[in-house]
Amino acid sequence: MIKSKAELMKKYQQTKDKIENRKGKIDLKKREVLVCTGTGCMSSKSKKIVANLEEAIAELNLDVEVHGTGCLGFCEKGPIVKIMPDDTFYSQVKVSEAKEIVTEHLLNNRIYTKKLYVNPLTKQKVEKTKDIPFYDNQVRIALRNCGFINAESIDEYIGTKGYQALELSLTKSPDEVIEVVKASGLRGRGGGGFPTGLKWSFAKNNTGQKYILCNADEGDPGAFMDRSILEGDPHAIIEAMAIGGYAIGANYGYVYVRAEYPHAVERLNIAIEQARAEGLLGENIFGTEFSYDMEIRLGAGAFVCGEETALIASIEGDRGMPKTKPPFPANKGLWDAPTIINNVETYAVIPQIILNGAEWFKKIGTEKSSGTKVFALGGKVKNTGLIEVPMGITLRKIIEEIGGGVTKGREFKAVLTGGPSGGCLTKDHLDEIVDFDRLTELGSMMGSGGMIVLDDFNCMVDIAKFYMDFIVDESCGKCTPCREGTAAIHKMLADITDGKATIADLVELEKLCKMVKSTSLCGLGQTAPNPVLSTLRYFKDEYLEHIEEKRCAAGVCDGLISELFITDKCIGCTLCAKNCPVSCIAGERKELHVIEKDKCILCKDCFTRCPVGAIITR
Amino acid sequence: MIKLIINGNQIEVEENTTVLKAARELGIEIPTFCDDDRLSKQTSCRLCIVEVEGTDKLLTSCNLEVKEGMVVNTESEKVRIALKINLSLIWAGHPNDCMKCGKSGECKLQDYSFEYDVDAEPIYSVRKEAIAKNATNHFFEIDPDKCILCGKCVRICSEQVGVGALGFKNRGQETYVSFGNDNFEDAGCVSCGSCVSVCPTGALLNKTADKYRNWDVDKVRTTCSYCGVGCQMELVVHKGKIVRVDANEEGSNRGLLCVKGKYAFNFINHRDRLTTPLVRKNGKLVEATWEEAYAKINQKYLEFKGESNSFVGFSSARCTNEENYLFQKMFRQVFKTNNIDHCARL
Ligand SMILES: Cc1cc2nc3c(=O)[nH]c(=O)nc-3n(C[C@H](O)[C@H](O)[C@H](O)COP(=O)(O)O)c2cc1C
Ligand code: SF4
Ligand code: SF4
Ligand code: SF4
Repeated sequence: MIKSKAELMKKYQQTKDKIENRKGKIDLKKREVLVCTGTGCMSSKSKKIVANLEEAIAELNLDVEVHGTGCLGFCEKGPIVKIMPDDTFYSQVKVSEAKEIVTEHLLNNRIYTKKLYVNPLTKQKVEKTKDIPFYDNQVRIALRNCGFINAESIDEYIGTKGYQALELSLTKSPDEVIEVVKASGLRGRGGGGFPTGLKWSFAKNNTGQKYILCNADEGDPGAFMDRSILEGDPHAIIEAMAIGGYAIGANYGYVYVRAEYPHAVERLNIAIEQARAEGLLGENIFGTEFSYDMEIRLGAGAFVCGEETALIASIEGDRGMPKTKPPFPANKGLWDAPTIINNVETYAVIPQIILNGAEWFKKIGTEKSSGTKVFALGGKVKNTGLIEVPMGITLRKIIEEIGGGVTKGREFKAVLTGGPSGGCLTKDHLDEIVDFDRLTELGSMMGSGGMIVLDDFNCMVDIAKFYMDFIVDESCGKCTPCREGTAAIHKMLADITDGKATIADLVELEKLCKMVKSTSLCGLGQTAPNPVLSTLRYFKDEYLEHIEEKRCAAGVCDGLISELFITDKCIGCTLCAKNCPVSCIAGERKELHVIEKDKCILCKDCFTRCPVGAIITR
Repeated sequence: MIKLIINGNQIEVEENTTVLKAARELGIEIPTFCDDDRLSKQTSCRLCIVEVEGTDKLLTSCNLEVKEGMVVNTESEKVRIALKINLSLIWAGHPNDCMKCGKSGECKLQDYSFEYDVDAEPIYSVRKEAIAKNATNHFFEIDPDKCILCGKCVRICSEQVGVGALGFKNRGQETYVSFGNDNFEDAGCVSCGSCVSVCPTGALLNKTADKYRNWDVDKVRTTCSYCGVGCQMELVVHKGKIVRVDANEEGSNRGLLCVKGKYAFNFINHRDRLTTPLVRKNGKLVEATWEEAYAKINQKYLEFKGESNSFVGFSSARCTNEENYLFQKMFRQVFKTNNIDHCARL
């Protein structure tokens, strides 16, 4: 049990060296293997890799520990195995290769070059993580322990100064803690960007039973920031919620996690048990008057349950349906008690703010958006994965440097942020900075951190339709504008992609979008038209092309494609002909190819394959 | 007291009043499906939106408290456009059969659609799947296709009736009002019909063989005769026949009735109902006039006067309290007997 600062520091001293050694800051002459066992890598059997590594190490009688960590971010290249403190980065490791890594690297001290990452620009093999461009522009605060510590070990967390922020907070008054959070400029990472310290002070000013909640519903399709933090650094969330509980005067907390995140739930449960066993959760924490405990509540995976009032209803056992605000949860939330609800990533940075001070955090990022933001970078970039960047970084840096640019030499078209509530930005915006206010000004939004890159094979109308389809399924059905309006918008978009719409319909579409936005009950409906409005703003031509010319240049909208045609841009590479499933493409090497229209089944295989974009749809 | 301006009219109302109510005091009816004084706020139909000076958002007036100096517009261009779209969206998923619907003439959807110029030909297309009518209740049926999900039935049943038979099932467009395995009996429904009374559309309607139009009836306010609560009700009379009972919201029952008050009115027009006195002649009860009946009573009274045990009086619970009082008075004082009873066993 840890009942005092002295006991915490004692435990810290015990594991600190091991952590410092891992970082390469001191040399204990001891090596460790880190294997990502986050959901992504685990789906490529990384747990089996851990087992095989351990077996091989045992066979050879080596003094090397293997740790399952959280996500390292570079999911594209998973499963990832790192040897520390060498910082060697092995990517796309197969289960069968675990043994060879042990013999080569750990026994024979030779780099197992077969699995090194290849820098696509220089075509050079890269040995160390720090030399991989993907990590270059990143600043890891929320993710600082993800992929670095054993996610199932409280000792390792304590070895990274874990729970010291809680101990420090308990020596301050609740108001002082709130002041630090306020001064740091931290804004909620769940999407809204509301100042966290200010929100805490609202709840602090209320009396009676209070609660603190963590929103880990993460319903944005394609986003996995929160899952990765829970899987990689669960104690940070526990510690931060305890700090929050102390600051606002809550003695109980709930983490609302979607049931589709079994691994995150498991790790969080392990962490809660460990913290309880150490007395870091429970009565009289650190021997003070402050008592706090918490539990997990599983959500059934409805997007709307990420909306705070719906989330609260769901915890209470009701249908996950939003309620109008006011009253705000900080005044009347869970079981009508004042309640603070924050996002996972918001919590993840709080211990660091307490330990390093508000000024430290404020220096990172922009004036009105301090700190960093985690993004799930996906879509048509070379390096997909989880990244953490300082606010104020340009989109270009994220997409071209961290993301390695658009895949397969295609052309960048747009980047989507904010998921189904957000919007798109174009190549004209690549040098814009990423922060809460700027993204909103540009008609998109920060959102919770989904960032999807699109290329010229993506049709913007189709993208808007995709998100609207998602919303139609996820609308809770409570209020009319969202329930019926989004379905009507979806149908209008479908008419456009089917070539059945007129210009007049476009006017109606915009009118309807504005109505749904301005009259829906909750944030889901109020933001649902954003993808449509923003694609209309930046890609109106594409809408017009669908309507007037009945053409989808990206070749996505099947309803508008009656023929594939090879233009004289063809270089006669034969790639299309070789792969056509019905062999309807004829042509000699280095000569113009021709598609036999009657035989073609419009599968578009050739269209996506042509290296010079010679094939068009019409 | 708070002063504010609604549609150019000044008004002074109590603190904590909602804009919707303040407007009502001015005689301005802001449209709403889901708001009801007796029920918790659901704020879901989004029809009661208004424009308030100083914000460009549209705000729902049912939960918007008045503020000093507030300037409200309930009829602005922006509001009217939004309302028309809202109603058109509902209409897009609604069966176009007002001419056959029993609610026609009293349907809020119909009234508002008229007010806000909703086109008969839907301008939107929503992907609603038809859900079959449910007729598992003896007295009424629910047609989910006409339901606009205002949730009033759900709330009245749980918040006012205290039964909680109703809830919502599924989500998004597939949401519908559901009840125990889609069977009213399983749901513990007591058939009070309060849900039917609050439904603003033709989704919940009484089962009835009577064909009548709502503009072709008379409404007679009366007091329910079944028990001592004194619920206020309106008898809906078509061509001299009671075809429906509506609960009155101003009485102490505040719009609620029980199954008897709401549905047990068929006896009034029942063919077995006695409409004349019966007098026993040659061992058989036969129809008679009141004169005949009173003469008979008079004759028997004189015949058995003084033998109090020879008399018995039996009255009906369908009589009013006053009538029953007089009846027992007569038997006790005039016939000098305590042999008196009635049929209040319902
Ligand atoms: C439809 C909808 C979905 C949301 N989903 C999430 C979510 O998955 N995670 C989250 O943290 N916040 C989500 N939010 C925002 C929350 O309502 C709330 O603002 C947030 O959890 C507050 O935490 P923060 O201040 O730390 O961002 C969602 C909001 C809406 C309207
Ligand atoms: S906006 Fe959509 S999700 Fe929100 S309450 Fe209305 S129907 Fe439900
Ligand atoms: S009839 Fe009465 S008890 Fe039955 S569902 Fe309706 S309100 Fe509830
Ligand atoms: S059945 Fe009637 S009262 Fe019930 S939700 Fe539907 S429209 Fe409203």
